[in-house]
Amino acid sequence: MSIRCTINGKAADLDVAPDRRVVDLLREDLGLCGTKEACGSGECGACTILVNGESRLSCLMLAAQIEGKEILTIEGFSSDTLHPIQEAFIAYGAIQCGFCTPGMVLAVADLLSRNQSPGRDEIRRAISGNICRCTGYQKIVDAVLSLTENEEICNE
Amino acid sequence: MSEVFLPKTLEEVHARMQCSDDEERPLLFAGGTDLFVRMRDWLKKPSCLIGLEQVSGLDQISCKDGWVQIGSMVTHQALLESPIIRNHISILHQAVEILGSPPIRHMGTIGGNICTASPAGDTLGPLYALGAQLELSSADETRVIPIRDFIAGPGKTGLKSDEILTAVLIPVPDPDARGYYQKVGQRRALAISIISMAALILLDSNKQVQYARFAFGSVGPTVLRFPDIEASLIGRILSPELVIAVGKLFAERICPISDIRASADYRRMVTERLPLKILEYE
Repeated sequence: MSIRCTINGKAADLDVAPDRRVVDLLREDLGLCGTKEACGSGECGACTILVNGESRLSCLMLAAQIEGKEILTIEGFSSDTLHPIQEAFIAYGAIQCGFCTPGMVLAVADLLSRNQSPGRDEIRRAISGNICRCTGYQKIVDAVLSLTENEEICNE
Repeated sequence: MSEVFLPKTLEEVHARMQCSDDEERPLLFAGGTDLFVRMRDWLKKPSCLIGLEQVSGLDQISCKDGWVQIGSMVTHQALLESPIIRNHISILHQAVEILGSPPIRHMGTIGGNICTASPAGDTLGPLYALGAQLELSSADETRVIPIRDFIAGPGKTGLKSDEILTAVLIPVPDPDARGYYQKVGQRRALAISIISMAALILLDSNKQVQYARFAFGSVGPTVLRFPDIEASLIGRILSPELVIAVGKLFAERICPISDIRASADYRRMVTERLPLKILEYE
């Protein structure tokens, strides 16, 4: 079927099977391999994308569901310069193997779009659907706190 | 390959669902967070999938004449953000706060959680405790039945082949009633509950029980309530001794299995103690 949508800011007209998983469409058909697949069953968050600005799991979505939607993957998250979230992840050493990073960054983008000054607990809740197999959560939380207007960070 | 339809009206859904006897029935999906996980392992894919996400009118939450009406395609995130749910149906708010993960809450819906009919479904305990009713619609008629009569076992519901769940109707509990949702799982997020307890308790000015409802999840083929045990609490004061005694009664009556998450013995042991959690709030 023909599907029209916006992917990373560009209009796309795709010819794809309606039941193709969005993660496969992105990675295999469009070469957008920044979106990762680990569990394939909604439990790890590696395949997180933003659909109309809200985090969703591309392993549990079918191509037909993105008709008319705005899709943002990690490839479209920044252009010439890195996004502040990415800068913060680098500055705070919030990346180890990097496999969870695209999903983590987009989960954080979803959080900050709803709440500009989340506390530590709120950040932990916001990334609770994203598994870091290196267990580097502490530095990820620190990186996100550095982006907020929360005073408490500097003292922790 | 499966065909995928995303109808925009209920009429279109009903028209798509009509098929002759020898045709394979279309499969309905809401958020897809359960069905698409299971579908991965199917050798034969369904020939036709119908997604309800674009059907107009199924994503509303309203409050009228003492009832809260929740459209079946309301997402867990929308429940979480709804002032109506937070202010009037706190027990359901508590449950969706710890249901799945943020992206699962953005995708999954209350109707999907009900029709999946898992004994571990996080919204089900609160809905049983609240005495929720379900609105089921076919092309020709609409009927309303209590959730306890709808869910028949793990993955089994009374949904007829031409029906869809359109709304959940909840009688607003007394503003003084206290709701408690407790979930025991391996971690806080994305955990399938090992045992859950939804309790709704109303005390009078003398701290005597006017009603106390307890619904337990993951300890039987469906969520379980025991009206005779609940009735025995009316007029009494919820002392620690009474709550311990009633926990023992619940533990005797549940019918847990041993599975990958926990043994039946563990489930009995925790069920016995779980009611004590309500005293933490007093």
